[in-house]
Amino acid sequence: MKYEMVAGLETHVELATNTKIFCGCTTQFGGEPNTHCCPICIGLPGTLPKLNEQVVNYAIRAGLATNCEIPEISKMDRKNYCYPDLPKAYQISQYDKPLCLNGYVQLSNGRKIRLTRIHIEEDAGKLIHNHGDTYVDYNRGGVPLIEIVSEPDIRSAEEAKEYVEKLQLIMKYIGVSDCRMQEGSMRCDVNISVRPQGSEELGTRTEIKNMNSITFMAKAMEYEFSRQVDIIENGGKVEQQTLRYDEATDTTSSMRGKEDANDYRYFRDPDLVTICVPREKVERIRAELPELPDQKLERYINELEIPENDAKLLVKYRRVAEFFEKASAGTKAPRTAANFIIGQIFSILENDGAKEEFDIKVSAENLNALIKLIDDGKIKMNLAKKTLAKMLETGKAPSELIDESDMGGLDEGALDELCRQAVSSNPNAVADYKSGKTKAIKALVGFVMKNSRGKADASAAEQRLIDIIG
Amino acid sequence: MNTNEGRISKISSMLKNKEASCTEITKKYLSEIDKLNGELNAYVNVTPETALEAAAAVDEKIARGEELLPLEGIPMTLKDNISTSGIETTCCSKILKGYKPIYNATVWEALKAQGAVLLGKTNMDEFAMGSSCETSCFGGAKNPHNTNHVAGGSSGGVASAVGGNIAAYGLGSDTGGSIRQPASFCGIVGLKPTYGAVSRYGLIAYASSLDQIGPITTSVEDAAIVFDAISDYDPMDSTSQGKKQSAAEPLKNPIKGMKIGIAREYLEGIRDDVKDAVLNAAKVYEELGAEIVYFDLPALKYALPVYYIIACAEASSNLGRYDGIRYGYKTPKYNDVNDMICKTRSEGFGKEVQRRILLGTYVLSAGYYDAYYKKAQNLRGSIVKSFRGAFEQCDVILAPTVPMTAFECGKAVSDPIETYLTDICTVPINIAGLPAVSVPCGFNSKGMPIGMQLIGNTFCEHTILNAAWQYEQSVGADIFKSAEMGVKL
Repeated sequence: MKYEMVAGLETHVELATNTKIFCGCTTQFGGEPNTHCCPICIGLPGTLPKLNEQVVNYAIRAGLATNCEIPEISKMDRKNYCYPDLPKAYQISQYDKPLCLNGYVQLSNGRKIRLTRIHIEEDAGKLIHNHGDTYVDYNRGGVPLIEIVSEPDIRSAEEAKEYVEKLQLIMKYIGVSDCRMQEGSMRCDVNISVRPQGSEELGTRTEIKNMNSITFMAKAMEYEFSRQVDIIENGGKVEQQTLRYDEATDTTSSMRGKEDANDYRYFRDPDLVTICVPREKVERIRAELPELPDQKLERYINELEIPENDAKLLVKYRRVAEFFEKASAGTKAPRTAANFIIGQIFSILENDGAKEEFDIKVSAENLNALIKLIDDGKIKMNLAKKTLAKMLETGKAPSELIDESDMGGLDEGALDELCRQAVSSNPNAVADYKSGKTKAIKALVGFVMKNSRGKADASAAEQRLIDIIG
Repeated sequence: MNTNEGRISKISSMLKNKEASCTEITKKYLSEIDKLNGELNAYVNVTPETALEAAAAVDEKIARGEELLPLEGIPMTLKDNISTSGIETTCCSKILKGYKPIYNATVWEALKAQGAVLLGKTNMDEFAMGSSCETSCFGGAKNPHNTNHVAGGSSGGVASAVGGNIAAYGLGSDTGGSIRQPASFCGIVGLKPTYGAVSRYGLIAYASSLDQIGPITTSVEDAAIVFDAISDYDPMDSTSQGKKQSAAEPLKNPIKGMKIGIAREYLEGIRDDVKDAVLNAAKVYEELGAEIVYFDLPALKYALPVYYIIACAEASSNLGRYDGIRYGYKTPKYNDVNDMICKTRSEGFGKEVQRRILLGTYVLSAGYYDAYYKKAQNLRGSIVKSFRGAFEQCDVILAPTVPMTAFECGKAVSDPIETYLTDICTVPINIAGLPAVSVPCGFNSKGMPIGMQLIGNTFCEHTILNAAWQYEQSVGADIFKSAEMGVKL
């Protein structure tokens, strides 16, 4: 029998606010343990939380960017559980009245992954184990998170990957998070079950906790899928449980069974008042939303006539897309800017991280100026490429790197003159060419290019040389 | 008939007229505390250095000829659940022994800024859970009118200190009657403000949706002065709103035509001596030109179960943080972290606190939430509505504060359910978030004080204190009589 995977994701995204969700402490990553703390975020007796308005705004922005409804009334609840990294013994979260409801994210295969909800909550601290002792660092305690909960609409590890990447990209575009999984600013819990293909029923699910790499998440899902299929094929029953994934062995193992499931005793946090979200506020946030990655991609392909694969590469990094738009503004073919970026500029950016950062010396304005020189016929592509290479090294403007005398093409007479010089100065190459080594012509073209300082048109020069040599 | 004069007004005028220096007065209080605290057990931590330092600053100000603020130089006390930076704040629980806050509660910050002289921290039921002060890990505070009787609770220490004249006034906290009941037992004035009138920031939480800080004083005017000084919007407390208007200003307005309501349900199950005293007070009001209206408040019968469900539910969550990891008591011997937390809590919390944590955990548990907590919340809504209806018929509601007078020491501990019942008159006010003041209205045959409550609509502290002041003026110092001990001014 064939089986299909049914998965839903709970994605935690750390919000990029300057201060924590309930106090004025910094949210900066790192720092000496317990230095980004105050009486409120370490839950000293008598302290009270005060909701950071920016957290609400960011969560609404995230909701609108993922097609959610924003209810008028929302509230904060306490999720009670006891663990040393949770200084109040409850996490302030949202239970039955989250800020955002009923959204979706559309995958490239056209399938919509429905979002049940997005809610805001506080992060916990971190335990540090050292030589048999355990220490707690509360720097992360109280850092704002949103939890994005999907419906069980995901059917493969591939879809899960695309879904998470898409969320990541959207959150970065709207500026609410940097979504750095390795720093823990984005992490996923995966709920996964299997069922015979064609069945509409849901199987018993397991939950894989705390995935902080998309690659390992996909691996864990594939492993868990086949583990569950094996159990069913062998006549067994999948047990509802919480699992952890071991990257080294590529296996999942049980953290706790259904019986040990926590009873969180959710109830409304009496220290915080109802959150009212006026419609005008929602509309204001909606109006402030930037163009989202999907809209951008469509525009690049349809309006700017960028080939789909190139367009995807540009949209994949928010800074690159911004750079591209500035660099291509007012040029004849936006594709030229795209080619420079994906070719010459990407070649010096070693990895994904570097492309993400997009820390280069060339400004978009300078690349734009360079492309306009090409558009105006003042320089040839060859010279443009060389100039860009220098710009990438020095950060200088094209006007500082190209002489006035180099601008404009070479006229017929000058080209003829240079070609004649090439023939007379390189008798060996001419002889080689005449003896049938047609490649020797390249050396002569090279001479012309060099002596015209890149201004000559290479193919015209080649033709002229062949004519002269006869 | 002598008029009752409040301690705050008295000391204020003594300082102004240079009859005594602030240091002299403070020393007087400190020496009386020395003498009497062994018997009253009102203070759990006396802070002479803090007090004398503050007093010296006030004296300097007087020497410079500057005018004093209303509470400047007045020796006072705080219940031991109000956070005081650098001064041990224990909630009278073993689990917080040695805990010194690193910040000040907003109310203390405000009073400090107004030149208050803190004599020390006073006794209370552990985490404010109790009606006799006897769940305190330091033992209960005693009633200054008869030390074989309790001072009441949970703010028993403040009431004992103020009633025994070893503090001019104090701040307590009231979750289900914890200011009003001990004030009633000790024959003094206790105001529970509207929920949100006074910041809770720094008040160690028992039940967050019910807790409110308020003054315990020897006169109505004093209560109004302190209320005005501590009620303000506080950005640190999202549930705070501050006051609508000053309580002290309209204090002396005539109350002719004021409608004073009596809910019939409020007179059921009340001991005769208490009922008679309250009905006598109603007569005084009629003489003052007020109109007495009787009405029904059937929702009252749900108040006690609603209170115990909501208060315990919130407490079970609020008290989860005491795990021995960051501050306070930590068990000396344990196997692992869970064992440490279990032992710390079992050894650190007293019986009553453990009982309420268990009860609260139970009512919030999956499968029981709807039957208890949710139902209690719905009923809370109906109680709020009933009171709203009542205030369409009257301006102030008159009721007993407690169905009886102060009980003998040791009695409350032996029967918790019986003790819970003593809160029947006070808890509805917290559930509805209303202001209420308890004022003395007589003595029983054994000389123990009886108190009555004047309950107002939200943010109408000025109305109930106005009514209370007029009553105080009529009955005078025969009724508003603190115990014959402590500082004589």
